Amino acid sequence: MKLKQTAGRQHHAGPVTYVLLGLAALVSLFPLYWNLVAASHSGERVVEAPAPLLPGPRLFENLSFAWNQVDMGEALVNTTIVAGLVAASTVVFSTLAGFAFAKLPFRGRNVLLTLVVATMTIPPQLSVIPLYQIITDLGWVDQLQSVVLPSLVAAFGVFFMRQYLLEALPVELIEAARVDGAHSLRIIWHVVFPVARPAMAVLGMLVFVQAWNDFFWPFIALTPDGNPTLQVALAGLGSGNHTIDQAIVLTGALISTVPLLVVFALLGKHIVGGITSGAVKN
Amino acid sequence: MATSVRAAADGTPPPAPPPPPASRKPTPTPAHTGWRSRLYRWDLKATPYAFVAPFFLCFAAFGLFPLIYTGWLSLHRVELGGEAEWRGFDNYTGLWDSDFFWNALANTFTIGVISTVPQLLMALGLAHLLNYKLRGRGFFRVAVLAPYATSIAAATLVFAQLFNSDYGLINTVLGWVGFEPVSWESSRWPAQIAISVIVTWRWTGYNALIYLAAMQAVPQDLYEAASLDGASRWRQFISITIPSIRPTILFTIVVSTIGATQLFGEPMLFGGSLGVSGGSGNQFQTLSLLMYEKGWVTGALGQASAIAWVMLLLLLLIGGLRLVAGRVNRRKSGA
Repeated sequence: MKLKQTAGRQHHAGPVTYVLLGLAALVSLFPLYWNLVAASHSGERVVEAPAPLLPGPRLFENLSFAWNQVDMGEALVNTTIVAGLVAASTVVFSTLAGFAFAKLPFRGRNVLLTLVVATMTIPPQLSVIPLYQIITDLGWVDQLQSVVLPSLVAAFGVFFMRQYLLEALPVELIEAARVDGAHSLRIIWHVVFPVARPAMAVLGMLVFVQAWNDFFWPFIALTPDGNPTLQVALAGLGSGNHTIDQAIVLTGALISTVPLLVVFALLGKHIVGGITSGAVKN
Repeated sequence: MATSVRAAADGTPPPAPPPPPASRKPTPTPAHTGWRSRLYRWDLKATPYAFVAPFFLCFAAFGLFPLIYTGWLSLHRVELGGEAEWRGFDNYTGLWDSDFFWNALANTFTIGVISTVPQLLMALGLAHLLNYKLRGRGFFRVAVLAPYATSIAAATLVFAQLFNSDYGLINTVLGWVGFEPVSWESSRWPAQIAISVIVTWRWTGYNALIYLAAMQAVPQDLYEAASLDGASRWRQFISITIPSIRPTILFTIVVSTIGATQLFGEPMLFGGSLGVSGGSGNQFQTLSLLMYEKGWVTGALGQASAIAWVMLLLLLLIGGLRLVAGRVNRRKSGA
């Protein structure tokens, strides 16, 4: 840092900044804390005024009920499978396409890239009705593949990987590999993947979070009683299909949130970096 | 170079692109080289398409085809599992005449505005704060991002409890400060505000981090020059920071507008046991919710398709307005 420490972001934060940021952190974290509190009380206590603010004694009882009686455990496994498959395939396909858009010359490249970006604005509502008919005809209602297949690759991922590889991958590296006789798949494996690894990790986490939390289409394709993901199971709990025990509902919410929060606590810095590098830079 | 060592090691002779100048150095097996160079050229030509193909195949099957088919359905009367019956634009004129449609459209708009505007303004302020030299920077960033890790369903169920009129914590706190309890679910504006709070809670930190990244790319000398001219911090924020990150701000406006148009899970689950109607008097029914109700509760897929297409047309309209506004702006600033 050879710049003088006087301007812009170099300012040290004053007490007001800390107070405001503390407040923001409190507002962000309190609902999560309260979720834990509510999941540790009985159903009767949760719906009693004033609402509990400190943890109660029933957390493990509620957890085991949600796990065994309403099968949040099965939903957890389903969600892990879905999010894992979607993240893995999106990362691989996005890297291939992003590499082609960033570094390989071909006819129609710009038009196709514009198309990719344009598809991001199409609302999912436009495809759910035909998709539902397709999966009904195929007998895939309540089958996890009906949720995985439409999400195998995402426009955002393609764009994200292109932006990264545009800067991170020198053309000379590809040319050198070609001169040495490497065909495209070898180049992908020995040059592109190693260079792209950091971005692939970030994209994988972002897509995993998104797939984990996806609601609209899974809610239509899967039912709470069939083979639900966590979000579908939760929706079932919340709308009273199984129970109106609010403590159990909130225990379900806790089960769906905690795995991702643990991931965030461990990898927070990288995810923050990923989100900021995914933003448009002009 | 490492790569040449590797290539030599597995014995593949370099096919020497572009096709070797044959006259100068005749190769021992010209036929073999010709085959190789043809393969090589074919590899160069075809692989880019092979690499982008998965996206376009997936999009064609699960995006484009359904898009067009939904348009076709919207011109028909279709029941779940039944035969389609041509109706022309009946579904669209039916929407025009339907109070439910206008109500849902208005709700989508108002909830969109009261969730997007405060969300982006707060994100801007938060990003500014996070841009200071901070102790515990990592903690604050991860803390404000934590809501992003929470799903729509989980967040809505938790907030539905907090907003409960009888025992919810929010009314309790309002009571301490001397307010009457608010019926967050059954009154129109309170319900829409409550839903907007959920949306805002989930997305403010995410947007703040996007702004933060853009702010850190603003050249420092701009601030230094402004400081020398005696500009206050606030002045610098308004005259330097905001204009410098304008493209990012526009990006977040577009993304959150698209998100707001599609709002579904929050209003659906906030209604809880009231079912999918979006409140007892539809006071927070959004377009997506109305579409779901038409398609999956009533079974009128044609009408649901028409609603889906209206949503796309709305987005195109907003996009078009954005373009026009951008052009007018540019002309103004250019003049």
